[in-house]
Amino acid sequence: MTSPLMELRDIKKHFTKKADFAGKIAQRFGAATGDETVFAVDGVNLTIAKGEVLGLVGESGCGKSTLGRIVAGIHQATSGDVSYGGLDLSDLTKSEQARVTLEIQMIFQDPFSSLNPRMRVEQIVGEAPLVHGLCTAQEQSDYVDQVLTQVGLDPMLKRRYPHQFSGGQRQRIGIARALAVKPKFLVCDESIAALDVSIQAQVINLFMELRDRLDLTYLFISHDLSVVQHISDRIAIMYLGRIVEVAPTEELFAAPNHPYTQALLSEVPRIDQRNREFGAIKGEIPSPLDPPSGCHFHPRCPFAQPICSEQSPPTREISKDWKSVCHFSQNMGIVA
Amino acid sequence: MTDKVLVTKDLETVFSMRDGDAKAVNGVSLSVGRGEVLGLVGESGSGKSVTGFSIIGLVDAPGRIAKGSIKFQGTELVGMSENDLRALRGNRIAMIFQDPMMTLNPVLRIDTQMLEAILAHRKMPRAQALARCRDVLNLVGIAAPEERLKTYPHELSGGMRQRVAIAIAFLNEPDLIIADEPTTALDVTIQAQIIHEAQKLCRLTGTAMIWITHDLAVVAGIADRIAVMYAGRIVEQGTVDEVIDTPAHPYTVGLLGSVPSANKRGVPLRQIPGMTPNILSLPVGCPFRERCSRADEMCQVEPSRHVVREDRDWFCHHPHIAPDTSEATQ
Repeated sequence: MTSPLMELRDIKKHFTKKADFAGKIAQRFGAATGDETVFAVDGVNLTIAKGEVLGLVGESGCGKSTLGRIVAGIHQATSGDVSYGGLDLSDLTKSEQARVTLEIQMIFQDPFSSLNPRMRVEQIVGEAPLVHGLCTAQEQSDYVDQVLTQVGLDPMLKRRYPHQFSGGQRQRIGIARALAVKPKFLVCDESIAALDVSIQAQVINLFMELRDRLDLTYLFISHDLSVVQHISDRIAIMYLGRIVEVAPTEELFAAPNHPYTQALLSEVPRIDQRNREFGAIKGEIPSPLDPPSGCHFHPRCPFAQPICSEQSPPTREISKDWKSVCHFSQNMGIVA
Repeated sequence: MTDKVLVTKDLETVFSMRDGDAKAVNGVSLSVGRGEVLGLVGESGSGKSVTGFSIIGLVDAPGRIAKGSIKFQGTELVGMSENDLRALRGNRIAMIFQDPMMTLNPVLRIDTQMLEAILAHRKMPRAQALARCRDVLNLVGIAAPEERLKTYPHELSGGMRQRVAIAIAFLNEPDLIIADEPTTALDVTIQAQIIHEAQKLCRLTGTAMIWITHDLAVVAGIADRIAVMYAGRIVEQGTVDEVIDTPAHPYTVGLLGSVPSANKRGVPLRQIPGMTPNILSLPVGCPFRERCSRADEMCQVEPSRHVVREDRDWFCHHPHIAPDTSEATQ
């Protein structure tokens, strides 16, 4: 692995809801209600190497989309450092900033709401490269044709509006829009979740083909483990604002270390398992407003010990590139 | 599995629109036996949900059942009066929808909604009905049902709401449950829990179930038999093992190839070219032929049903299983 392209150090993102009027009055009378803080991302360390596909998996509400948006520069982290290609993102000159924001692009989940319904495809795709001087007004039309061809759309259709396309085609427009500014790093936030199985396969293939052709790096966010397994080199598992395990894909699926990963992998429905009894992991993801003490997973964990509710577990290296955040990560490999 | 709870024959549901009649369901014949789970698989727009709605009699204008029969325990449902249908619905046939927030009334407490479902169909003391509600909530794995009964839907999480919706479906111990993508909106861990509960209940009570989904992997886990739908037709039917291990129809083969877990990591997926056709402008002959790699002139004629067994058939001129190796009867 070469030096990391993207490095996240202790990223935290907290959303605070100020106490409302009634809450303020209650406070004045001595009630213990304060501002409500959601710990959406709570101390994440991650590195992504150049040319790598990192899959980020977690249940809804675990903070994976927030993390993706921090990486893409849409949200500012509350604390922690994001560095890209050796540059600290919070400390950039104007020109560096413009270059970096262009190099990191995001592809969104919903191809229906992420495209402006009142713009034609040629405007959607061609606007950014023109503004940023990647093409001139005369070249714009040819440039758009070229980008659309790249994602497998017929350039003849560029005069159309988004509503005239099917879901899969719209997702391709979203991808074309991101590719139009020649990015090096793509954040895909549940980019294929809204698509049908056969269309999903087409878009997955497109992502992999583009990666080879344009030498892209991906942060691939999804809740669908089988898709992530297919496309990623490494996988990070997130639970309630924290990364609980990072490992190379094959090793993770062969012998998951963290109890949450083990549970998650055993729940994935697979075609080769018929009529199986689903074991069912107990309970649901707790509210990030009031995360459990110590290890966030301990109320649902089958191996929980007293220490788990008292102390946050340390990050331990299982082997090269493989980290697990569990008090018993050394013994877990044997259990699995 | 001899006695069939539900048998549909050549069911056709048509939506009359300005551009013509759209046959959302086009000659669907299927059956489910007691305690059996039938997975109805297809992509969006394939007509799988409309099939479910047709069975339970919830197709609204401009849609109508144009042809065919739906026999539920020997009784014909097509053309049945609305009153008789109402007596069946929620009692003998129940439905679970995709989005529990849409199906639960947001301004009524859970107990009100559950009691209503019982008392609409049978007379019994309120206390006894409440006890039944509690039992069923327990059955679907809701902890502290006593307290949950007093809550409003918005106080529950998505997984909980879907459990309540399933509980309501099971309240009157129906003979048939139609589940329309009940786990699509849920997380993997919650999905596994819901599938687990549904599976348990079917085995326990002998309720037949039609599980409508686009997710082949889910169906492989829960169903006994699978029917694959494409453009309003069932293109292939069989047991789970038959459909997944030895699929005959090229569309089923394509769908299976599109599922990442079935492939080797990093290898391009075997995708189906093109997209699902508009049912108003289907190609003549086999509806799949424009996306099919095996299509030739023969496919311009609509394929007839190839029957292996009563519940194993397909509609294709060039199936992946050579006809001579199977005991073809037609």
